[in-house]
Amino acid sequence: MLSFDVVLPALLGGVLIGLSASVLLLFNGRIMGVCGILNQAINFKGGSNLWAWLFLLGLVAGPLASDAFLGTSQPVFEERTLLVTIVAGLLVGFGTSLGSGCTSGHGVCGIGRLSQRSIVSVLVFMLAAMVTVFVFRHMWGA
Amino acid sequence: MRNVVALLAGLIFSIGLAQSEMINPDRVLGFLDIFGQWDPALAFVLGGAVVVTMLTFRVILKRTHPLLDKEFYLPAKESLDSSLIAGAVLFGIGWGLYGYCPGPALAAIAYLEPNNGLFVLSLLVGTLLARWWVSRHA
Repeated sequence: MLSFDVVLPALLGGVLIGLSASVLLLFNGRIMGVCGILNQAINFKGGSNLWAWLFLLGLVAGPLASDAFLGTSQPVFEERTLLVTIVAGLLVGFGTSLGSGCTSGHGVCGIGRLSQRSIVSVLVFMLAAMVTVFVFRHMWGA
Repeated sequence: MRNVVALLAGLIFSIGLAQSEMINPDRVLGFLDIFGQWDPALAFVLGGAVVVTMLTFRVILKRTHPLLDKEFYLPAKESLDSSLIAGAVLFGIGWGLYGYCPGPALAAIAYLEPNNGLFVLSLLVGTLLARWWVSRHA
């Protein structure tokens, strides 16, 4: 289960994600939380949020660049039903906004600065996600 | 210049997601499925990222201001509240249902997968709904 094939790409990817968060904080003073940045991008009250849109542009371009030059490939994933897709999307959007952060904001950045709120948030959403997977994969046997 | 940095940060972030295969929801669900064929990859991704931020943030936040701006924009709240917990529970359920948190879902837009497009659209609606909810209950 724990082979180099599993651990190395995961660690490498994780270090890149940590570096990206470091760059954004060092140069721009911003927390690299995707839902926080998304919230700023779709903030219609005005203000300078071009940087947020450019971050999102980089985010969308990255996997294509990685597939073209770094040997990764497009993931093939199982189709979800329309109902599951819509309900899950609504929950992820609503929950991350209400809870002020997601895996990148609370997880990568919040734990990095030892924020109590972030550590609690990560523990809670990980547990909720694991229980959900357990219920849907092993109890309903879907 | 700040805009260039933001573009590069987004690019490095999602290259990291692609390299670690966290852009594949089935790998994420494999990590969350602790009673099935458990896939530990996500733990190494988050672990690798957090080791880096723990080291660099400590040094960076000793500065009075970032290199290209006048101040650090850090979250103001420090204490726990019910919104934090309720938000995390709802997010966790959605994450467990589909296998995507906001980062990988947005990063995968360019693959033009209709199912992911619908997920991102629902995510945007959820975000706006939360904004409306919070403004009503503030």
